[in-house]
Amino acid sequence: MSHITKQSLSELIKNIKDKKLSSTEVTKAFVERSEKSKELNAYVTEDFSAAIDKAKRFDQKPNLDLKLPGIPMAVKDLFCTKNIKTTAGSKILNNFIPTYESTVTQNIWNEGAILLGKLNCDEFAMGSSNETSFFGNVQNPIDKDLVPGGSSGGSSSAVAAQLTPITIGTDTGGSIRQPASFTGIVGLKPTYGSCSRYGIVAFASSLDQAGPMAQNVKDCALLHEVISSYDEKDSTSIDFKRNNYSKELTNNIKGKKIGIPKEYRVDGMPKEIEDLWKKGIDYVKDCGAEIIDISLPHTNYALPTYYIVAPAEASSNLARYDGVKYGFRADGENLIDMYEKTRSEGFGAEVQRRIMIGTYVLSSGYYDAYYLKAQKVRKLIKNDFDEAYKKVDAILTPSTPSSAFKIGEKTNDPVSMYLNDIFTVPVNLAGLPGISIPAGHDAKGYPLGLQIIGKAFDEQNLLNIAYAMEEKINFKNKITDWWIK
Amino acid sequence: MSKDKSEYLINRKDNQYEVVIGLEVHAQVTSESKLFSTSSTKFGAEPNTQVSLVDAALPGMLPVINEYCVKQAIKTGIGLKAKINKRSVFDRKNYFYADLPQGYQISQFKDPIVGEGKVILDMPDGQKEVGIERLHLEQDAGKSIHDLDPKNTLVDLNRSGVALMEIVSKPDLRSPDEVNAYVKKLRSIMRYLGTCDGNMQEGSLRADVNVSVRKKGTKEFGTRCEIKNVNSIKFMQMAIEYEANRQVDLLEEGQSIDQETRLFDTKKNETRSMRSKEDAHDYRYFPDPDLLPLEISDDFIEKLKLEIPELPDEKKKRFIEKFKVSPYEATILVSDNETSNYFENVIKKSDVKLATNWIIGELFAALNEKNLEITESPISAGNLSKLINLIKDGTISGKIAKTVFEHMMEGDKDPKKIVEEKGLKQESDPKALEALIDKVIDDNREKATEYKSGKVKLFGFFVGQVMKVSGGKANPQLVNEILKKKL
Amino acid sequence: MSIDLKTIKHISKLSRISVDENKAEKLAGDLNSIFEFIEKLNELNTGNVEPLTSVAETTLKLRSDKVKSKNLREQIIKNSPQENEDYFVVPKVIE
Repeated sequence: MSHITKQSLSELIKNIKDKKLSSTEVTKAFVERSEKSKELNAYVTEDFSAAIDKAKRFDQKPNLDLKLPGIPMAVKDLFCTKNIKTTAGSKILNNFIPTYESTVTQNIWNEGAILLGKLNCDEFAMGSSNETSFFGNVQNPIDKDLVPGGSSGGSSSAVAAQLTPITIGTDTGGSIRQPASFTGIVGLKPTYGSCSRYGIVAFASSLDQAGPMAQNVKDCALLHEVISSYDEKDSTSIDFKRNNYSKELTNNIKGKKIGIPKEYRVDGMPKEIEDLWKKGIDYVKDCGAEIIDISLPHTNYALPTYYIVAPAEASSNLARYDGVKYGFRADGENLIDMYEKTRSEGFGAEVQRRIMIGTYVLSSGYYDAYYLKAQKVRKLIKNDFDEAYKKVDAILTPSTPSSAFKIGEKTNDPVSMYLNDIFTVPVNLAGLPGISIPAGHDAKGYPLGLQIIGKAFDEQNLLNIAYAMEEKINFKNKITDWWIK
Repeated sequence: MSKDKSEYLINRKDNQYEVVIGLEVHAQVTSESKLFSTSSTKFGAEPNTQVSLVDAALPGMLPVINEYCVKQAIKTGIGLKAKINKRSVFDRKNYFYADLPQGYQISQFKDPIVGEGKVILDMPDGQKEVGIERLHLEQDAGKSIHDLDPKNTLVDLNRSGVALMEIVSKPDLRSPDEVNAYVKKLRSIMRYLGTCDGNMQEGSLRADVNVSVRKKGTKEFGTRCEIKNVNSIKFMQMAIEYEANRQVDLLEEGQSIDQETRLFDTKKNETRSMRSKEDAHDYRYFPDPDLLPLEISDDFIEKLKLEIPELPDEKKKRFIEKFKVSPYEATILVSDNETSNYFENVIKKSDVKLATNWIIGELFAALNEKNLEITESPISAGNLSKLINLIKDGTISGKIAKTVFEHMMEGDKDPKKIVEEKGLKQESDPKALEALIDKVIDDNREKATEYKSGKVKLFGFFVGQVMKVSGGKANPQLVNEILKKKL
Repeated sequence: MSIDLKTIKHISKLSRISVDENKAEKLAGDLNSIFEFIEKLNELNTGNVEPLTSVAETTLKLRSDKVKSKNLREQIIKNSPQENEDYFVVPKVIE
């Protein structure tokens, strides 16, 4: 048996079910490794001793019929967890302790998993490098001073570094797929409406979606099966028949039609990304799928659209952080003074920037020119996909236009930071499922990911294609444990 | 100020000004739970005890709409003869305030649930139609309390999220009296429908009043001011009167009127500017991405139509046609459902004309004196009906009936029993009356002679005497007849 | 189009985030570069396009009118910055 933390979720479950490992042993192993990995700064809140207690309790009366029996896991600090501090990576929620649990995490605990702690992320999930977190940068285990991607940077780092066997992130414009790609792991952004948004600190309501992050496609499928549920507490949750994604997983994708959108060949894209994409196309062909060239003509407009829609919604969603009911409050002479100081001191620069953008595009005189315009372009982007899916079953693209970059490299240039999400953002705008799988390395040995985009509610097909490709790619993450002394 | 016919005009030197008023009435829906959360809407609870995680805008909390509130809005729309929009959208109205936990109010801006409709007012000089612009659903805010703590403002979120229907009239109202009639009519329609209890003391019905003035005869509207959150009809009327005169004074001095929000100070009886222009709000409305468009099927609307009771206008028409009551009487009788029900119960077994007079006259006066609603009336419809029948069949006179009525007001007693117990039965035996009358004539010989010699006015004196002697119980009609013969 | 300091002041007021001169300069610079990039949308003619608000192709579900949330005062007030048993407390509101 390989070392516990090196085992995949599926292996851990099998070993626990076969009584070769106890939940306590597994939990202790991940706690121990997490303790040794503080330099990664993946955790905002550790709940290790409680996790070990829960594991012991599980072992006393193990329910092995559950889908995640006694499996420890850390989650992104955007999910509200009952009686455990939930910060969204922000000073403004630094002292906030929810008295309720998000639906997605509740689904996970209901299947026997155990909370290890809360993982670092960009403040209110606004960022592509985890550098906007109030709690500091997260290190990418691939290399020192390399960003782990964002906003689910703590999550990607923790899975890649094996501090948690699996995790969940949230994805508004690429926040699961881009960090997955940067750290050599698998990340799925489900169809909008698959996973409940109840209890998740909101960034942009029409785009936010929770999803699984794991070391392989099968683990990802299993975790997705657990978290995807219809929820009456979320008016945008969709009631559709959900599969047993992990059970129905197959590598047989013969005859599937895979679209290659020409617009994803962007100017200045590194050759290694282009090569990776070509390799991906070959893998898909090897699996017996058919390659079809398609066009998604409005791709170039996705990012500008996103940077209107997401900040607009965020400017309103974040109005509740006003120092009145919970969280940080700065002293003020009167109510308005208190508001302005609280929000100026409580939010970081990127969040303030986005609130300002959002406020501006919704303000009187600019609504039609920006917000309404963006909603119309969003429709065109969705129409592009609808057209494409008349011809193909799924679409293959690179996950990101580059591999992971150095900490600090892009912090002074918001637009170049935003360009990171160029391939992931259209998927959120159209509400589609997208998965990033590790597919190769660049010259520096940094992982690169490929993205598969599916039809709405067609996660099974998406996972099957990813599963088949994964087998062909046979990716090995190059992690040296450099941070462990 | 002059009242030329019923026109409400403000006179200055050579100019006459007309007042143009539009109302935004906020009516609380009679739901058990809030519009987007499952906490209670009950009035008068301890502060912050009816606040859910959603109402307090905790992170990650999401709104889920209450079906009952949607139905009540549609029913009200039907009652206002309005267009029901099968697709409506909830928007966020963004602004910061201590009692607005989300930092936005969920309301409907571009696509309200109910479109144009109308309300008919019965004014002394005839009917007047007031256009309804729209009705939309929105959340109420919490309450800021400024006077409990010298340094701080305290916030109670019990009302936060309670469902309101905002009913926006067209600028069709022209006087405080019309505003009075309009609000009463709206209240009456909603109470008939059961969609809003109309309780103004508890804040279930408030209005923002838009007032502008213009020279009589001009077509263009003047610049309007909005007087926020006025919670009684009397205050609305006072506020309009003050505000209209203020605007006229400004215009007469050659000044212009700033479009602004004002509040009515009920102690000083004046309106005051609430916000400086610099602080003018930009609400940044946009569709709430936590909610999808509300789509309603024809079937849903048709089912609700079946639940609509007969409304005041139709009922009034029926009362006039079927019961031959006057339009004035009908208006009073249908003013609320309880009164019309009471009326219809009384007339099931008794005379309509008498019943109408007794309800509008004696009963209303007595209830008013005791400050009771018709539903709290000590006299049941059945017993009032019995009393009317006692008058009708001559058992008691109208005058005696008033005495009986007074006894009935003390507790709901059967009028027949009261008449028996108190011996109030009318004397209608001609022989007994003849004896009585003979005695009266005997005692007043001189006057009888005068009468016979032509002083016919004395007849009244004799009637009075007979009634007095009989203790008011003599049947006045018979007394008349017999007296005439005897004299 | 260009976002000037006056606009920055205006939106900072609307969003209730205080902005000093330095911060305003920096924000104006950032926002201008972001909007330059956003202006790309003007290339598109969207005259007849229906705006898309939500990708969830379903209609609003309605819940029944039942009171489920109990008295949560203690829980809700627990996290508030200024202590008081009954109320949320904020600095005096000046109208």
